[in-house]
Amino acid sequence: MIEIKNLHASVDGKEILKGIDLTIRPGEVHAIMGPNGSGKSTLSYVLAGRDGYEITEGSVSFFGKDLLAMEPEERAAAGLFLAFQYPVEIPGVANTTFLKSALNAIRKQRGEPELDAMQFLKLVREKTKALSMTDEMLKRAVNVGFSGGEKKRNETLQMAVLQPKFAILDETDSGLDIDALKIVAEGVNALRSPERSMLVITHYQRLLDYIVPDHVHVLAFGKIQRSGGKELALELEKNGYAEFGVNEAA
Amino acid sequence: MAATTETVEQVRAVTEQKYKYGFTTDIEADVAPKGLNEDIVRFISAKKEEPEWLLEWRLKAFRVWQEMEEPRHWAKLSYPPIDYQDAHYYAAPKMKDRPKSLDEVDPELLKTYEKLGIPLREQEILAGVEGSEGRSPAIAVDAVFDSVSVATTFKAKLEEMGIIFCSISEAVHKCPELVQKYLGSVVPYTDNFYATLNCAVFTDGSFVYIPKGVRCPMELSTYFRINQANTGQFERTLIIADEGSYVSYLEGCTAPKRDENQLHAAVVELVALDDAQIKYSTVQNWYPGNEEGVGGIYNFVTKRGACRGRNSKISWTQVETGSAITWKYPSCILQGDNSVGEFYSVAITNNFQQADTGTKMIHIGKNTRSTIVSKGISAGRAQQTYRGLVKILPKAEGARNHTQCDSLLIGDQCGAHTVPYIENRNRTARVEHEATTAKISEDQLFYCRQRGLSEEDAVSLIVNGFCKEVLKELPMEFAVEAQKLVGISLEGSVG
Ligand SMILES: Nc1ncnc2c1ncn2[C@@H]1O[C@H](COP(=O)(O)OP(=O)(O)OP(=O)(O)O)[C@@H](O)[C@H]1O
Ligand SMILES: [Mg+2]
Repeated sequence: MIEIKNLHASVDGKEILKGIDLTIRPGEVHAIMGPNGSGKSTLSYVLAGRDGYEITEGSVSFFGKDLLAMEPEERAAAGLFLAFQYPVEIPGVANTTFLKSALNAIRKQRGEPELDAMQFLKLVREKTKALSMTDEMLKRAVNVGFSGGEKKRNETLQMAVLQPKFAILDETDSGLDIDALKIVAEGVNALRSPERSMLVITHYQRLLDYIVPDHVHVLAFGKIQRSGGKELALELEKNGYAEFGVNEAA
Repeated sequence: MAATTETVEQVRAVTEQKYKYGFTTDIEADVAPKGLNEDIVRFISAKKEEPEWLLEWRLKAFRVWQEMEEPRHWAKLSYPPIDYQDAHYYAAPKMKDRPKSLDEVDPELLKTYEKLGIPLREQEILAGVEGSEGRSPAIAVDAVFDSVSVATTFKAKLEEMGIIFCSISEAVHKCPELVQKYLGSVVPYTDNFYATLNCAVFTDGSFVYIPKGVRCPMELSTYFRINQANTGQFERTLIIADEGSYVSYLEGCTAPKRDENQLHAAVVELVALDDAQIKYSTVQNWYPGNEEGVGGIYNFVTKRGACRGRNSKISWTQVETGSAITWKYPSCILQGDNSVGEFYSVAITNNFQQADTGTKMIHIGKNTRSTIVSKGISAGRAQQTYRGLVKILPKAEGARNHTQCDSLLIGDQCGAHTVPYIENRNRTARVEHEATTAKISEDQLFYCRQRGLSEEDAVSLIVNGFCKEVLKELPMEFAVEAQKLVGISLEGSVG
């Protein structure tokens, strides 16, 4: 589904990603853990096509297509979704308006018929309920005045509505209280299917108790330093990143 | 021959001939020769078979205008001098040449309308022109094509309620007392260069009278269209809401694309008596000129409302996306005690457009209140200025004003300027002014694009969000169009 080969990327002349190799097959859930500043968010932005990153080497193929040559919205239409570490506020734009525009923009790019107001409302109500979100939050402006946890829940809602084929969750668990974590994890698990894969970026093994990954990778210094199964997360939780030459105190 | 081709031919024919004094007989085509003098003023008045008092009023205005200086200094606008002698001041399509199809409209412009969903609207309006009064109306339309009002729909239905909605030239004959009493009572003929010019040469426009206690059951709308080359358009609108009445009025404007600039100098006067309410909404989409700044309408408009009665209310809502130059300050004179003035504005300038717009709120009566919400969006190399005056006179005990003025910049070659003037002469009055300037952030754009929106749709969505407070004031029929217009006006502004 997605094949990342020797990916190098820099920002303002500073190399952040220094040769990432990662292959994710349909249905798989991969977790990435790693110290602050190691390049996890950078990887997610590069995959989603954010401006400002220079790809100096490497390639990414997504369903056989050259992902790096696509515009961000084309990537979205191809089924790539990024749940942002820091969701963005859009004042004055109601959450429903945003979601409906997004869903229909994607459907249009795919040549599918757009949903009318009634069909959309039905869909979004259903997803909102599953995530224990209120209708009131749907009416509010996108992420404006949302608490940290609400923003993360809102990212999950968008994912549930857009039904991506490949979702990157960048620290979607941080800022969530225990109950919210369970709800969000359930939401994510509900999306798991043999066709859909996920890349879950997290600092906490706790999330992985709920969203059980097939593979866990350690990203440090812009490279995947080690890969393993679910147990790697437990080991990291215990020992930290010292093994990879990261100074805990820094 | 298509109506426009024919009219253009007629104009050419007329301008190529030498006209003597008293040319009326030669003007079969209803087009005055180029130029501006007392004879032209008389010609227009004669064409309209106006009463003596109105001709005299026009002539007084013309004489004052000749002594006036064009206000070129205080507004933040720059444009080449306008040759007022190089325009036609009267150009009327012959009634048999009413627009019957869209064929005559520039295809480029048609494309824009298609995106807007306006063709439908235009057809509806054209259907009205043809006199189909069968459907149940949501909007009654007065269509002004070049200089004359070509048709007013649903007149009969309104007349049953005592509402007068017709062209102003018709009103001059139908209810001369009302016109004479109120015309120039809000914007006097000495007011300003453009308004005074309008008094002298105005050709048509809409007239509305809502009788006591009547709530007008539908939106009243005027659709202005400048069609002909080298024509100035000077409409005059007068709306009178008698005691306890209510009316919502919409004004829409379009013009074909032309390389030369065209002058548009309208005057709108509103009068609200005791407990009356007037809601006036404009979606202005005159041709703004091309990407290089060639062509486009010069829009110099004087709009003013008088809250004469106690508890009266006037709201101006405007979405200004068109014109090469916009010079416009819809204002409220809050004379009656407890009267309310509102101004909600979205102004979008792209490419080389310039806009100097804002409002004036003049508080005269006690406990008068005004609200100003101005949203300015600049892209390309456009320049935009908000200019607002809040004036509290000594007797305006307890007057209140709140002004919110937000600017949004797209790109780094455009400019936004805020010039608030506050004159408070009553100690119990309170005036608040807030202003912000922001840019569309890369983060917002990327967030939207990651969700599947194209860059242009993302800008449109973000800008619509920015303008929401104003757009929600528009009547439903207009709000959807306005939202689309916001997106289209900014096309090509990013990336
Ligand atoms: N625009 C930029 N200019 C300079 N440095 C940048 C820029 N953007 C990111 N970086 C740097 O790149 C490195 C990787 O950042 P990134 O956000 O990918 O880390 P992360 O692994 O997601 O960290 P965290 O766990 O704290 O979220 C950091 O050192 C960061 O300061
Ligand atoms: Mg990060």
